[in-house]
Amino acid sequence: MIRLEKRPQPSRAWSMATPLVAVLATMIAGGLLFAILGKDPVEAIRTIFWEPLFGEFAFYYRPQLLIKGGPLVLIAIGLSLGFRAGIWNIGAEGQYIMGALFGAGMGLAFYPHEAWYIFPLMVLAGAFGGWLWAMIPALLKVRFGTNEILVSLMLVYVAEQFLASMSLGLLKNPEGFGFPGSRNLQQYESAHNADLIAGSGMHWGVVAALIAVIFAYVLLNRHMLGYQIRLTGEAPRAARFAGVKPARLILFCLGASGMLAGLAGMFEVSGPSGQVSIDFNVGYGFTAIIVAFLGRLHPVGIMLAGGLMALTYIGGDIAQSNMGLPSAAIQVFQGMLLFFLLAFDLLTNFRLRLGKPEVA
Amino acid sequence: MDLSAINPVLLIASLMVAATPLLLAAVGELVVEKSGVLNLGVEGMMITGAIAGFATAVESGSPLLGFVVAAIAGAALSTLFAILTQFAQANQVASGLSLTLFGLGLSALMGQSYVGIKPPQMQDIHIPVLSDLPVVGPILFGHDIILYFGIALTAAIWAVLKYSRVGLILRAVGENHDAAHALGYKVVRIRILAILFGGACAGMGGAYISLIRVPQWTEGMTAGIGWIALALVVFASWKPWRVLLGAYLFGGVTVVQLNLQAAGVAIPVEYLAMSPYLITIVVLVILSADKSSAPAALGRNFHASR
Repeated sequence: MIRLEKRPQPSRAWSMATPLVAVLATMIAGGLLFAILGKDPVEAIRTIFWEPLFGEFAFYYRPQLLIKGGPLVLIAIGLSLGFRAGIWNIGAEGQYIMGALFGAGMGLAFYPHEAWYIFPLMVLAGAFGGWLWAMIPALLKVRFGTNEILVSLMLVYVAEQFLASMSLGLLKNPEGFGFPGSRNLQQYESAHNADLIAGSGMHWGVVAALIAVIFAYVLLNRHMLGYQIRLTGEAPRAARFAGVKPARLILFCLGASGMLAGLAGMFEVSGPSGQVSIDFNVGYGFTAIIVAFLGRLHPVGIMLAGGLMALTYIGGDIAQSNMGLPSAAIQVFQGMLLFFLLAFDLLTNFRLRLGKPEVA
Repeated sequence: MDLSAINPVLLIASLMVAATPLLLAAVGELVVEKSGVLNLGVEGMMITGAIAGFATAVESGSPLLGFVVAAIAGAALSTLFAILTQFAQANQVASGLSLTLFGLGLSALMGQSYVGIKPPQMQDIHIPVLSDLPVVGPILFGHDIILYFGIALTAAIWAVLKYSRVGLILRAVGENHDAAHALGYKVVRIRILAILFGGACAGMGGAYISLIRVPQWTEGMTAGIGWIALALVVFASWKPWRVLLGAYLFGGVTVVQLNLQAAGVAIPVEYLAMSPYLITIVVLVILSADKSSAPAALGRNFHASR
């Protein structure tokens, strides 16, 4: 008989180890899944985790790691602030779309004028768009006590429809021969979020992600507000006695995560993706939830987790073209990772004891 | 624009069809939440049920068997949630989210070879005389059997929660799990059963979309209905009949906006398609002032330490 015994303090060692154990378990379970699909499991796992880094074409895939990882880390950092305080923004996908629309809209408004200030204005507009979209659930929660999980998620669907309407209407390329989608921002120099060093994958979004990691680290470890966020998550009652204002925290956490998600969307649309189109969003806002948890809601952890998740995206693409592994299999693989992580988290807070339970 | 093309009788009849997936998923989730568990994985369980039911119906030729398998698939997926929250003591919000992400991926994987296939049709019941009545006939007596099952299930859940001992125990577990544990009720076991029931209902709701309402399989076809079902439980302040009312209201919004799209109203299609989600938010805002009827232990994990 296995018994659970609550640890007096969460184990630090297990807290660090669980993500690694979860990744290993996911590799095994994922391998089984690939075997069921009739693919060589060892080859599939090797393709996903090894090929992008050290394979024959690694010089092409390594920059991709930054391109995919940047937005994931940027969004996940924002989400982690709220998640720590028990404020659940799961509508990052919507804020990402709105950030992209605002950013691209600002850039396209200047077309074809070329000037240095266009790109900074787009960055501001993108951040504003994401922030604005996140303020809806935040204000509703503060003012009416509405559940932020449901509102932020509903707004994803609203944003997707809005995106469709924009790419078919207002932002449509007038020289696009009637095809949906905006002008390509990659061909509009002032608005193009190009690689800082050509071919490195290092664009402004990656820089922003790194800055966000540093800011979040300082905020959480050295700043009163960060302390309040952590306190609210760990002991909400104590936090209230200590004078933490829940409303301020909600507005800050949702606002910051919306802003970062908006920035991610703006950098994506002006860089790697290039144009606003009906389905330019690829679910980064949802995958970032996995990244945030996999990184243990810790800025440095999130950076590593973002890299790993980017790896599965790229490796998944390679496995798709080389081995015919369906892209949905990678989605399942990513979902499994979160499962195993949550399951193994048990070991952080509890001890497993063998033996019969004693009678109290 | 031609509003006269909208036939009110057909409108009400299709409203009931549109409401049924929501109703099934929401009453299932209501039972889960009454036991004090918040399962945010409804969307994932619905979409898994949708493809499991669809595949079974296509392979076997029997839609009814499809619904049975969909219920099993939904319950099977919810088992993962039960393991995470009841044994591994994982956070319920995070576990529910992971269930949705996993379910969306899994369904896409399972559904690859079923895109563009038409499922076998579910026969509408036909009662002589009654079904042939004008107006009343098509609205009340001309639907498929699952639609009536949904309404009957709502009634049954209402009766069980209100009048039976099982319902009382379920509510006790949801209101105060420590007290229920002290009285000797198996909190974890009861919650697991509730979670499985909710999963089965969500699975059937999903299958209703893929087999009857649409009927075909497309990736991500539940399009947030699982989340609206969650909102519906809040909207209904955890009361089964109000879930029915809410489901019909949202079904109505969906059907009316589709009809307006078809009639070519001057509002762009995208803005009409937003309306169910926007209305969900508005309703949530109006009704979230009153939280008194929420089960007191909702979302809190139970660990028998003594």
